[in-house]
Amino acid sequence: MTSRDTERPLGAEVVYERPRALADVVTHYCPGCTHGIAHRLVAEVLDELDVAGRAIGVASVGCSVLAYKYFNVDMQQAAHGRAPAVATGIKRVHPEAVVFTYQGDGDLAAIGTAEIIHAAMRGENLTVIFINNAIFGMTGGQMAPTTLVAQKTTTTPRGRDPARAGYPIRVCEMVSVLDGAGYVARAALSSPSNIARAKKAVRKAFESQLGGYGLGLVELLSSCNVNWGMSPGDALRWIETDMIPVYPLGVFKDRSEAGAEAARMEVAG
Amino acid sequence: MSGKVLMKGNEALAEAAVRAGCRFFFGYPITPQNEIPEYMSGRLPEVGGQFIQAESELAAINMVYGAGGAGARAMTSSSSPGVSLKQEGISYMAAAEVPGVIVNMVRGGPGLGGIQPAQSDYFQATRGGGHGDYRTIVFGPATVQEMVDVVGKAFELADKYRTPVVILGDGMLGQMMEPVVLPEPIDPASLPPKAWATTGTGGRRPPVVINSLYLDAAECEAMNRRLQAKYREICAREQMAEIAFPDSEYFVAAYGTTARICRMAIQEARARGHRVGLLRPVTLWPFPAEAFETVIGRAKGFLTVEMSLGQMVEDVRLVVAGRAPVSFYGRTGGVVPSSDEILIEIEKMVEGGGSM
Ligand SMILES: Cc1ncc(C[n+]2csc(CCOP(=O)(O)OP(=O)(O)O)c2C)c(N)n1
Repeated sequence: MTSRDTERPLGAEVVYERPRALADVVTHYCPGCTHGIAHRLVAEVLDELDVAGRAIGVASVGCSVLAYKYFNVDMQQAAHGRAPAVATGIKRVHPEAVVFTYQGDGDLAAIGTAEIIHAAMRGENLTVIFINNAIFGMTGGQMAPTTLVAQKTTTTPRGRDPARAGYPIRVCEMVSVLDGAGYVARAALSSPSNIARAKKAVRKAFESQLGGYGLGLVELLSSCNVNWGMSPGDALRWIETDMIPVYPLGVFKDRSEAGAEAARMEVAG
Repeated sequence: MSGKVLMKGNEALAEAAVRAGCRFFFGYPITPQNEIPEYMSGRLPEVGGQFIQAESELAAINMVYGAGGAGARAMTSSSSPGVSLKQEGISYMAAAEVPGVIVNMVRGGPGLGGIQPAQSDYFQATRGGGHGDYRTIVFGPATVQEMVDVVGKAFELADKYRTPVVILGDGMLGQMMEPVVLPEPIDPASLPPKAWATTGTGGRRPPVVINSLYLDAAECEAMNRRLQAKYREICAREQMAEIAFPDSEYFVAAYGTTARICRMAIQEARARGHRVGLLRPVTLWPFPAEAFETVIGRAKGFLTVEMSLGQMVEDVRLVVAGRAPVSFYGRTGGVVPSSDEILIEIEKMVEGGGSM
């Protein structure tokens, strides 16, 4: 029984509350940032699957570095990009644990590209929450590998020019071709309906681990209104107008039986 | 199993790790230590352990960080270029107080260097190696038997002090075969529980966090002071050294492979009537200052011999602190000094050629 339960007025019904897997603390995220929504989705899923007690999270380096304070589960903070390697070490020691990483696009798709690809290659039974906000948030808005063509950042002041700075990297497309990937999906935290879909994907990425299907990765298109120089509302709209066309939403791979079943039906239908 | 067996250094070290309760090994191939991952890949599954050939040394050390943080005895091994890559992870382990054992079968450097024996990673190993104010315990064994012995000690101290421990060897020690007595195996389940490790809360306790981030400068300084207090305790308790012929007037200071060759040169020098002994650090950090103190009163000179162009000699000079001349002789890049070369240097020292 939490104090919230005892304080509830007689006859009142709780329709919305803090997930137990989320710590009761104020986060440091900027107003308008969607990291908080992503945290909440992860915590809700840990509660719903009733696995928080055997969950071990790995926080990465980026705006979400303090995630170890926000999840109410055992946590290890990892060096920049190395979260999948750290998670691998943990999972091999505690195969019964539910191990997840929470990584930004600089962390996962720049400095940690080798670690994520090889964790997927090995088919590690891990869950990866991948926050794609098309920018390096924590260090003040520099170009990320996921930065869109022509997008202005502090290191692409005239906009990302492919001739000099290359093209956006599509992680789901890249990881899903690896045999060891169990579940790969992209969702967006841009609207209530997209957030509901994102929650399903997060849940599936954990179920992939529980079912032993290999690496479960969810890419969440997220906003960084401060570094994008937009209002929170405009930032959410920009995800839909500019990011989704480059990063199509959907399930790229699902090796679970349910996923295989759905794929069969798609083929048959 | 208490009889002697003939084993290759790298394999004896690996078996000793298994017997010390190590069940998790993560590594990336590099000469001259490949027998260690090769041995572990076959052996660990037999005892319910896990071997991963990682995608890089960076990944391997971070797997050790994960496994060590999760409470297991974990190890990685490499050689110089690979150990450079591990420094990031070792710094994180030191700061987050995660135990683990790192073996460096040192080869000639810098850069890609060569694959022949060297001791030129002494600074890297004994000064921390990565960023920040930290130290790692460092062993410099000189025989296959001593490699076996320090592996057990390394895991014990790593757990006791919650700190990474480094073993420095070289291709000579790794490749040579010598008779060894292996220790009795330790069942990892019999080791004391680690309340600080990530295991999952089970819903029964508050979460544990393995972390090295301290955004508040005062808190970061406090963490450093905590580490330094631990390092002082290690310095006070864990020094190891061998002194051969302690009643000598002159001493050769050398460790590992070089100490073996110096021993031969010293024997010859003694046969020629010179009163020369060997001071052989076994722990390179903490540097065995106490052993030096036991001979400093009568020592007329020290000759430091290394397979580097002068690294440990700095520690010898710090300890001797001007109380006797300290000279140096070194070969590097994979060149192993001969006992004849060393004998010449010993005679120079005895004849008063030693420089401060
Ligand atoms: C080895 C290393 N290099 C660089 C940094 C500096 N750094 C901290 S966070 C970051 C990028 C974070 O971007 P991202 O992963 O996209 O996460 P976000 O902050 O946008 O959530 C960088 C480069 C670091 N901490 N460590």
